[in-house]
Amino acid sequence: MSAPSGPLAALKAAADAFVADYHARKTSLPGDSHVRAEAAALVATQGLPGPREEAWRYTPLRPFAEAQFAPARRAEPSAALLARIPAIAGTRLVFVDGRFHSELSGVPEGYRVTTGEPAFGHLARPAEEKLVALNTMLAEDGAAIHVPAGTDAGTIILASLATGAAVGFHPRHHIVLEAGATLTLIDLALGDGEYLSNPVLTFEVAAGATVTHLRTQDEGAGAFHLSTVYAEVAEGGTYDSFALTLGGKLARMEVHARLAGPNAAAHLNAAQLLGASQHADFTTIVRHDAPNTASRQTVKNVLTGRSRGVFQGKIEVARIAQKTDGYQMNQALLLSPQAEMDSKPQLQIYADDVKCSHGATVGALDADQLFYLRSRGVPEAEARAILVRAFLSEALDPITHEEARAAMEAAIAAWWERRE
Amino acid sequence: MLEIKGLRASIDGKAILNGIDLVIPPGEVHAIMGPNGSGKSTLSYVLSGREGYEVDGGTATFAGQDILAMEPEERAAAGLFLAFQYPVELPGVNNANFLRTALNAQRRARGEGELDAVQFLKLARTEAKRLSMPDDMLKRNVNVGFSGGEKKRNEVLQMAMLRPKLAILDETDSGLDIDALKIVAEGVNALRGPGFSALVITHYQRLLDHIVPDRVHVLANGRIVKSGGPELAHALEAGGYAAVIPEAA
Ligand SMILES: Nc1ncnc2c1ncn2[C@@H]1O[C@H](COP(=O)(O)OP(=O)(O)O)[C@@H](O)[C@H]1O
Ligand SMILES: [Mg+2]
Repeated sequence: MSAPSGPLAALKAAADAFVADYHARKTSLPGDSHVRAEAAALVATQGLPGPREEAWRYTPLRPFAEAQFAPARRAEPSAALLARIPAIAGTRLVFVDGRFHSELSGVPEGYRVTTGEPAFGHLARPAEEKLVALNTMLAEDGAAIHVPAGTDAGTIILASLATGAAVGFHPRHHIVLEAGATLTLIDLALGDGEYLSNPVLTFEVAAGATVTHLRTQDEGAGAFHLSTVYAEVAEGGTYDSFALTLGGKLARMEVHARLAGPNAAAHLNAAQLLGASQHADFTTIVRHDAPNTASRQTVKNVLTGRSRGVFQGKIEVARIAQKTDGYQMNQALLLSPQAEMDSKPQLQIYADDVKCSHGATVGALDADQLFYLRSRGVPEAEARAILVRAFLSEALDPITHEEARAAMEAAIAAWWERRE
Repeated sequence: MLEIKGLRASIDGKAILNGIDLVIPPGEVHAIMGPNGSGKSTLSYVLSGREGYEVDGGTATFAGQDILAMEPEERAAAGLFLAFQYPVELPGVNNANFLRTALNAQRRARGEGELDAVQFLKLARTEAKRLSMPDDMLKRNVNVGFSGGEKKRNEVLQMAMLRPKLAILDETDSGLDIDALKIVAEGVNALRGPGFSALVITHYQRLLDHIVPDRVHVLANGRIVKSGGPELAHALEAGGYAAVIPEAA
């Protein structure tokens, strides 16, 4: 008889292996050793997220626990992998298997970028998020980006390239925008093969500052992508994000956005396009902690094969956060009978004068729309592609960065061609 | 152009078309009238290849081809066009892109060269203007937020751009005011010629004042029960269907 402790034992063993790796290498790991040691104690006692935890119910990490990941070494990407970074004007910061690669990277002007050690910042919560504790314990590199007040830093292309070595990497980035600053961060996670990519990004958005975070996760077919983002937004600031998930075998993007000052806003739009037996989870926790704050989440899922999409969206409205405007919509298009979508909206509202709405739909392609297109001469496959693209438009259309959007359109078209 | 013989069709085992015989020679416009539920839309859907309709017998030959064996897009490329009774909304699909995709897909299927964006827009603007459609209807999403009349005009715009050999207009006049009706009729009349036929489904004589048909057929219970010249439409307008439908009414 298989005991229910089976998956738990595997998770425990995996956590122990990570901790052992930490102890073997701790004297050579760069950055704040105290923060790291605290995180190691957490991993040693708490382990990895298990299937009995409410927040991880839909995304069992067992397959991840059964894989093994050696520490990443310095590596060179293939020309083909490098060519997957779209040609977008801006400063490139390239990380290969989690390590900063200066020859492939550009030099920023008008703002500071520091690399060579993890940029821990102070927004992450290793005690609450187990994967963040894991990241903190093993982080070896990252970018600390600091945009001075009133500065438009333009576009940074933060590219994570995974060469396909069976390694685990845990980059740790911290991005600070001082008052009135602006930045577009094109965040790419690209790779081949099987590996673990466990990045943590923290954003400190000061009053009136705007960061646009445009993410494309197109990891290798056997990869685990487990990322956590924290964004803290002060008065009148905006964290504006769109996350496109295409790759990986088991993926989760978790985003914690806290609207800390009046009139702060967060947009957490996303699209997950999955096939075969892919599993991807988009989990958001938006906390409205000041009056007149707004959050918008439009999440679209296109699922084929036996893939499984998960969306968990939590909106917390503190008592003080009157006139909060929260909107959340999750929609799934199931293109095969075996595909599955799990959607869990959660509203916790402690203020009395708020406008919060959420909704979820799951459906197939509309037969009438398909016939209408075909009756005009559009072949069936092309008609399907048009309708899928149309389904995504509400999430894609708000992206104003033309080059980034074009690159995402191209990535979506490529996904459609190769889908299973 | 179109030759239908003994066509029978059903939906979910329920017989709707019970043996239709109809020949539309090249260059002719025929009208079909008939009570609600008599099978007019079903006939247009069966001819254009919508799923869910079982053809239980009979044949339909279009421009020498057995169209019932073809995919909907092949029928369109062969020159068949259906103006829908209820045009479908396509949120997230730009009307101009939709038209260009359709036009180029048909041209490709026929081995003709595709139109580039500039050539296409010039053509689309000209046709839209002819139909008194504001340019912005090309920029909007297909039929989304269109009024009933705008939707019907958009169908006629598609027809004008795609230049079919046979157009089936399924109650394209319903919900149109008299000015819009004239515009739609002009759109059809502009295509009239030896290479164009039309099957106009309508309840009202007034459309047939503007698109004068060569023949008028009355459909009842999935059969054509009477055929005649344009005067038949006048007789129906005056006396209703009861006078011409045998065991009904
Ligand atoms: N999808 C459907 N399922 C079942 N019955 C249908 C369906 N569509 C039409 N019918 C039936 O077929 C008959 C003919 O409908 P239709 O062709 O729409 O008539 P008309 O266009 O002449 O008003 C009606 O009895 C109608 O109820
Ligand atoms: Mg009808």
